[in-house]
Amino acid sequence: MANEVIFKNRDLDRLWDIEQYRSRGGYEVLTRILTEKTPPAEIIDGMKTSGLRGRGGAGFPTGLKWSFINRSAPGDKYLVCNSDEGEPGTFKDRDILRYNPHALVEGMLIASYVIDAHRAYNYIRGEFWEPYERFQNAIDQARAAGFVGNNILGSGFDCELNVHLGGGAYVCGEETALLESIEGKKGQPRYKPPFPAHVGLYGRPTVINNTETLASVPTILREGAEQFRDIGVENSGGSKLFSISGHVKNPGVFELPMGTPFSELFELAGGMRDGSKIKAVIPGGSSSPVIPGEIMMDLTMDYDAIAKAGSMLGSGAVIVMDESTCMVKVLDRMGYFYYEESCGQCTPCREGTGWLYRIVHRIENGQGRPEDIDLLMDVQNRIRGKTICALGDAAAMPVAGMLRYYQDEFQYHIDHKKCKVGAGT
Amino acid sequence: MSEEKTITIEVDGQPLETKAGALLIDVTDAAGIDIPRFCYHKKLSIAASCRMCLVEVAKVPKPIPACATQVMDGMVVQTRSPMVLAAQKATMEFLLINHPLDCPVCDQGGECELQDVAMGYGSDVTRFVEAKRVIPETDIGPLIATDMTRCIHCTRCVRFGDEVAGMREMGATGRGEHMTIGTFIAHNVDSELSGNVIDLCPVGALTSKPFQYRARAWELTRHTGVAPHDSVGSNIQVHTRRGEVMRVHPHSNDAINEVWLSDRDRFSYEGVKSEDRLTQPLIKKDGEWTEASWEEALEAAASGLKNIASPDADQIGTLVSPTATLEEIALARKITKGLGSSNIDYRLRQEDFRGNSSAVPWLGQSIASLESIDSALLIGSNIRKDQPLLAHRLRKAALKGAKIQLINPLQLDLHFDAAQMVSDPAGMVHNLAAIAEAAGGSHHLTEQIEVTAEHKAVAEGLKRSESAVILLGNLAQSHPDYTILCGLAALIAKATEVSVGVIPMAANSVGAAVIGAIPDHGLNAHSMLENPRKGYLLLGIEPGRDTNNPALARSAMSSAELVVAVTAYRSPCLEETASIMLPMSGFGETSGSFVNAEGRWQHFSGAAAPVGESRPGWKILRVLGNLLNLDGFDYSSSEEILDELRDAHGAELKVTGLGTAKGKIRSAVTGLVRIGETPIYAADALVRRATSLQKTAEAREAAAARVNPSVAADAGLFDGDRVAVVQGGGRAEMVLRVDPHIPDGCVWVPAAVPGSESLGDQFGEISLEKV
Amino acid sequence: MSALETKNRNELFTPEIRAEIDHEIAKYPEAESQSAAMAALRIVQDANGGWLTQERMDEVAAYLDLPPIAIYEVATFYSMYEHKPVGRNKLCVCTNISCMINNSDQIVEHLNNRLGIKFGEVTEDGRFSLKEVECLGACGGAPMMQVGRKYYENLTPERLDSILDELE
Ligand SMILES: Cc1cc2nc3c(=O)[nH]c(=O)nc-3n(C[C@H](O)[C@H](O)[C@H](O)COP(=O)(O)O)c2cc1C
Ligand code: SF4
Ligand code: FES
Repeated sequence: MANEVIFKNRDLDRLWDIEQYRSRGGYEVLTRILTEKTPPAEIIDGMKTSGLRGRGGAGFPTGLKWSFINRSAPGDKYLVCNSDEGEPGTFKDRDILRYNPHALVEGMLIASYVIDAHRAYNYIRGEFWEPYERFQNAIDQARAAGFVGNNILGSGFDCELNVHLGGGAYVCGEETALLESIEGKKGQPRYKPPFPAHVGLYGRPTVINNTETLASVPTILREGAEQFRDIGVENSGGSKLFSISGHVKNPGVFELPMGTPFSELFELAGGMRDGSKIKAVIPGGSSSPVIPGEIMMDLTMDYDAIAKAGSMLGSGAVIVMDESTCMVKVLDRMGYFYYEESCGQCTPCREGTGWLYRIVHRIENGQGRPEDIDLLMDVQNRIRGKTICALGDAAAMPVAGMLRYYQDEFQYHIDHKKCKVGAGT
Repeated sequence: MSEEKTITIEVDGQPLETKAGALLIDVTDAAGIDIPRFCYHKKLSIAASCRMCLVEVAKVPKPIPACATQVMDGMVVQTRSPMVLAAQKATMEFLLINHPLDCPVCDQGGECELQDVAMGYGSDVTRFVEAKRVIPETDIGPLIATDMTRCIHCTRCVRFGDEVAGMREMGATGRGEHMTIGTFIAHNVDSELSGNVIDLCPVGALTSKPFQYRARAWELTRHTGVAPHDSVGSNIQVHTRRGEVMRVHPHSNDAINEVWLSDRDRFSYEGVKSEDRLTQPLIKKDGEWTEASWEEALEAAASGLKNIASPDADQIGTLVSPTATLEEIALARKITKGLGSSNIDYRLRQEDFRGNSSAVPWLGQSIASLESIDSALLIGSNIRKDQPLLAHRLRKAALKGAKIQLINPLQLDLHFDAAQMVSDPAGMVHNLAAIAEAAGGSHHLTEQIEVTAEHKAVAEGLKRSESAVILLGNLAQSHPDYTILCGLAALIAKATEVSVGVIPMAANSVGAAVIGAIPDHGLNAHSMLENPRKGYLLLGIEPGRDTNNPALARSAMSSAELVVAVTAYRSPCLEETASIMLPMSGFGETSGSFVNAEGRWQHFSGAAAPVGESRPGWKILRVLGNLLNLDGFDYSSSEEILDELRDAHGAELKVTGLGTAKGKIRSAVTGLVRIGETPIYAADALVRRATSLQKTAEAREAAAARVNPSVAADAGLFDGDRVAVVQGGGRAEMVLRVDPHIPDGCVWVPAAVPGSESLGDQFGEISLEKV
Repeated sequence: MSALETKNRNELFTPEIRAEIDHEIAKYPEAESQSAAMAALRIVQDANGGWLTQERMDEVAAYLDLPPIAIYEVATFYSMYEHKPVGRNKLCVCTNISCMINNSDQIVEHLNNRLGIKFGEVTEDGRFSLKEVECLGACGGAPMMQVGRKYYENLTPERLDSILDELE
């Protein structure tokens, strides 16, 4: 595929080996930066020019995020990579860890240099054992080659790189919960402000970036920030990994320029399976509101376009559903997910996610009440915007999204105590 | 920094001046603008999780929590806008969906923050039709009743444990809707400050176990008072129903107890209702206790005292409890002096009187200032147990980085970082002398003192510090070389230019000292017993429990002609030693005053009706004074006594003169030495009868002899063995605990617990036998 | 004071486990050994047949010098820690959306039938236990499950049978 950043060298059979990675220019940027002692501000400028927006879901400009760290403040600073990948539908970071771990190692080292962090952690979800081993192996190789540890390449720059494995909690993908988790506590998000750039890991200034974000850094700096920017569209620089799953023929991870029409991604994934018809698409992970297939077919895959359609690009996790899919059942399962994964500290999220789930579950099981649709709308609205972290919103938004386009299915369930879709079961 | 800059914000259209960086909720609280909240508490860290305090701030699209928002100049805030009302309604509904709405049977009913806020901000329709969450109960000990189904997850109790009590005992386990506040496993909450979670809990999830189902909040009358145990003088509210003390709550006073209360101060009121309460005057006739009228008893006391005093007034000795009120102590003193005796003392647990200075032993500074010291040297103090809220102040200092050094005859479990030098009692003197030498002071001890790097480091640390304090605690005051410890402390203080003071033991130790309840040229608490008197007047004490050497006290009194005990309790030991018992009203039943550790005079009124025929101590002593035909006993109220005392003794306290370090070190022994600590829940007659406190692990584990593993091995003893401790001609059987906290050569045998009545000095040679 | 507190740190666990935990502790700044709590629980759980008991958790707390409640909080927050016995093979089946719409129900049903157990249960011989899990980040291979450290993707009843046959 053209314009790949992360998976550019996937043609190599063992890209996770340092020799192969280096054979295509791997670690050159790091070496150059460290030997030339490139001013960090220059690198930040480059990142800003590239238009790279964080790939973890929120799309925050990466260069800007790095610039918040006061490099000259005394004391430790930390870089943390977010490989928690918990958003249902997302499975791209796992592939980076498995197939191109050195890009992430190099990206983390560069970012650490920029913010003057001497310790960096990659938070990998605990279930990703095999990807973790790959990544750990990459760290070990990089260390052996002198890229990790003290006085890297004689530059005087020290950086330790370690993995922290998660323990099974979606909320730990939220950056401050993730910090709590690294500190050995349960993953309860922290109220912001203060932001991690000021008070982060162990109370110190910290940058948290997604795996894909950091793994893009070496290529951006090697090939040029403008080139990266020009791959994408305005406001959405570069290419992006899309995880596409559901009822498509060839689900998988595809790296495409930002702004690629959804129809192209859909085609790459082989279109619908078994000749079924597309019904709906969740465009950016389960937290993003659902969009009917026919609307989706006219959209491009970038932050602005998806937002304009009332949803979010999020982590670029696309779930395609065919006409046999019952939307009540989908929302029932999603509701259960948020109910199970709420950390429990905020009243609206702790109590509201359980309530939402129970209402939808009741409807799904033919015990819906006439007032339930209004109640669902009201309860989701009562959670939204009132919690510490965005999990509350993430639980609420899909409800509103479903009711926006598929209220009839819910109504049918309530009226007829059975499903409208499929064989009427 | 801009911290101190004054800025203006606008709340609901009203301009408010405040300091930059203040929390919005504190600013609105100060202005009397009501913002509901559950998780916020001004003494705890910010959780911002209950989402009840959401407000609208101009230019911010979402409602934000007032408890976590720092004010900025020009900020425009709305607390009752449609956005805010909707948010409050939402949060209230979420809080209530899983909350049992059984207020009529809930112990918190009538004083429940959830109930109150629901009235103001909730709606009354329930749209939640599913089953409510139910949490199975776990027992967390004798003091706190739990009903976790009522919990609203504000985490105040969890943060309290972590941040204030310094013991993480409660936590939030599980996640999401399954998150449960508690100890996870059945586990007693053992902090000496644990009861504060009862006040912190906004709902009825954590309530007082002793108070459980006893009364409803609206039936109670509240009286302010002063706690009667340690020398903090915590301000309390005594809640009564129909003249009976039902419970005790803290009364906040930032200078003293802030908003806290130790468990001892909170739960000791149960001792008021003890079966031991003396309700009727008693006279011992031919070895039999017989009930008497007040006239009869007082006449007998007066004539008995007169008969002894008129030939030889020096034969009268008066021992007063340092938990008695100023007014009571003053009258006891007046009677003693009036009879012509100078033998009066309140220092019942002191053995070494070589210094016998008349300077008032007090903290030497304010209680609140302890939290801003940068270093401290504590000599002979189990600070956490003896003075829980002073320990809390020191803990705050330690958390800010203060270096705290302790010299003790046992290793303490502290809730803050501190360095501990642990040795036998004689070693304590050596350590202190070595620090004094290292600091450049010269003492007059004959012994050779070895100065180590550790001693030098302590001296250096004190010298370098800007606001250090040296304090002598309970264990020092009972030490056989207290005088020398004092002298050395003073020497170090001088050489390092830091302040020095004493941590007074009891609620009114300072008061007793201020009004001169000590002998001038007469006999002190120890010599009055070593040289038995013919007549004793006892105010509020039990000789077998409240003296440094109970064996000596009991034998002296048993051989006396007359022992008049003014007492709230009738105890076996008083029955054995006294001749007349005059029933005195107990805690909460009398007005009076205490002077606390920092020299603050605090007066309180009676809150409850005296039990039986008991009467306030000052009234008993006034009549006794009248019957003795002494001058100056015509007070008509306790306030009159207080006014007189204030005029005579109300001057501000001066820095303590602690004497000089000279003389012989007496604490060295050849065999094993006793460490006779007074456990927290044995300290005085009231707490010894507080049934729930006596059920705590702390109290249950106190009645044991403790030795370290090597002493146990040498004696062939094992943990759990029954042993006899033999001391001062007496013998007591106890269970043996092997405890690495006890230094070599020592046996920790507590004072004031059952069995200890037959033993001798709190510190002194002791032997152990397996039984 | 609990018996554990007086226990020497070196009497806790085996030397191998201690070495493993120490290796984790070394990843973090000096005063931050609490950071190793999650890893320590994982290591101890693995060595304890895949689940944690209160005693094991207390030992972890003692080893890291933390109040036990801090460890209980962590051990009950994260779903990968088990508080009841599990099978030698813990079958973690994802039922989240992508798997659900790819017939994870059928996978679950097949497992229920073949093993005779439901979610949260262990086979009588202790060989298998069944657990429902949330999205494991392998939706491209839906339906999927995790057994031990390994992912099994694109499951069908037939593939399941051959996988189960191979698991001891
Ligand atoms: C509930 C929740 C879950 C999240 N999960 C993830 C995740 O699994 N991976 C991730 O990179 N970011 C996740 N995020 C976003 C992070 O908080 C954060 O924005 C991101 O890691 C920042 O990196 P970036 O700037 O490179 O995108 C999550 C956010 C929320 C609110
Ligand atoms: S919104 Fe939910 S998950 Fe996020 S902090 Fe609040 S309770 Fe926890
Ligand atoms: S009081 Fe502010 S969120 Fe609880």
